Amino acid sequence: MRKEVEELFEEPIEPPIIVLEHVSKTYSNDVDAVKDINIKIRKGEFVFIVGSSGSGKSTLIKLLLKEIEPTSGKIYVNGKDITRLRRRNVPKFRRNLGIVFQDFRLLKDRNVFENVAFAQRVIEKPIRTIQRNVPSILSLVGLSDKQEAFPKELSGGEQQRVALARALVNNPLILLADEPTGNLDPKNSWEIMSLLDEINKRGTTVVVVTHNVEIVDAMQKRVITMNKGVMINDEQKGGYSNEI
Amino acid sequence: MKFSSIVYSIKQGFKNIHRNRMFSLASIGTIATCLFLFGIFYFILANFRYTVKIEEKSVGISIFFDDGATQEQIDAIGEQIKARPEVATMEYISAEQAWEKYKQDTFANEQELVDTFQDDNPLADSASYVVYLDNVSQQPEFVEYVQHIDGVRKVNNSDKLAKGLSDFNILLGYGSAAIIILLLAVAIFLISTTITMGISVRKEEISIMKLIGATDYFVRSPFIVEGIIIGLIGAMIPLFILYLIYNQAITYIGQKFSILSNILHFLNINHVFGTLIPISLAMGVGIGLIGSIITVRKHLRV
Repeated sequence: MRKEVEELFEEPIEPPIIVLEHVSKTYSNDVDAVKDINIKIRKGEFVFIVGSSGSGKSTLIKLLLKEIEPTSGKIYVNGKDITRLRRRNVPKFRRNLGIVFQDFRLLKDRNVFENVAFAQRVIEKPIRTIQRNVPSILSLVGLSDKQEAFPKELSGGEQQRVALARALVNNPLILLADEPTGNLDPKNSWEIMSLLDEINKRGTTVVVVTHNVEIVDAMQKRVITMNKGVMINDEQKGGYSNEI
Repeated sequence: MKFSSIVYSIKQGFKNIHRNRMFSLASIGTIATCLFLFGIFYFILANFRYTVKIEEKSVGISIFFDDGATQEQIDAIGEQIKARPEVATMEYISAEQAWEKYKQDTFANEQELVDTFQDDNPLADSASYVVYLDNVSQQPEFVEYVQHIDGVRKVNNSDKLAKGLSDFNILLGYGSAAIIILLLAVAIFLISTTITMGISVRKEEISIMKLIGATDYFVRSPFIVEGIIIGLIGAMIPLFILYLIYNQAITYIGQKFSILSNILHFLNINHVFGTLIPISLAMGVGIGLIGSIITVRKHLRV
């Protein structure tokens, strides 16, 4: 049966790497951030999560990072129920994820190399490994010649590429990008998106939360649309929904 | 934790101190003041105890026997006393020795008067043991024991001096402990404030570390290192100063209060610092550890 389905889609169906089952989150002020969300994301997928402000997109990212706990429902990442994960196991779990933010969140007192190396240092990689991995990942994001530069000497696009390198250097299973183009001009936005696409093609599952209509429409990837905490649309090769 | 991570934490600990210079200096200053005062109290206490110890050994207890007690009885009593663990030394003073001493002390220039006694010994029943104890605080118990030995007529002791020395010793100990505890609390509070400042300065970095998958241990250790370094520096400064002033201080006291020079006994500098250095360093590290652990547990939850 599975083989028949795979033949139908002309590509193998990967097992789900992220599963949200009836996930709801109500904050202490009785605000329902997300309500009864059911999502399955397969290994190697590229997914956009779109929606207006307050639609619950960022709450989803926080739930996946286990920064917050769901009020109800189950969240599985790479086959593990993370809602039952013990606190002391959270750091190890997070090493499966790479995260990129709208405001880059680079360490201003460290240069490009050190910012990327920081991600490996905090998970206690040997120095030799760090010295081998960092230049290679900086070359992937096109910043080999900026290793010594400090964040303030870089453009927005370059800073986001450093953040991307930092997210990727630990070879995560999933890359979560929260509004990665929010602070960038169209040219830089496209460069970052091309990079994310390239990373996805290398096998990393990519989940991008964004407002950027043009990019979502042009890239023709899976689009999950959120509105007021509810998932209102989930479309393969979709575009930015007109309902929001 | 890997060696490279330990090196990283130490480096970051020093960086934190440098970034937070003013607060770090305030913390170091408080710990230094606290441990300086501790050192002074320790000097007083250690030297006082030393003096008391020497004085204690010179406070003798005289034990007299029933009239007509035989030498065998006296020897048996001596054996019983000697068996007590608190006895440091004891000596036997025979009736003849007692009379000889009395003659020398009282009738030194009145040989004629002495001659009237001829061979009579007016202190014929005044043989005694003079006992010196290790610790003057054990005196009441010891006296109680000896008074109940058969054949003992009378025990002479200096209760007041013994009790006075012992009470003063305890009072000084409690007083200094109270002041030191108060200062320690202030020092821990200041270290905690310094580290809280450090955490707020590095909030962004910490949040990134946590999201990338740094363990609690890795995130916390630079701040704990910071606390330990502050504590260690805070301990080393007063030790250095106290080392410089100790000999001058005892010479000064010896000269200024020469009247007390027969009573006061001072410990040798190496003897004092042999104990003070490890205690002060341990206290410095302890203050740093407690202050930083309390703070990171409060502010650095993943």
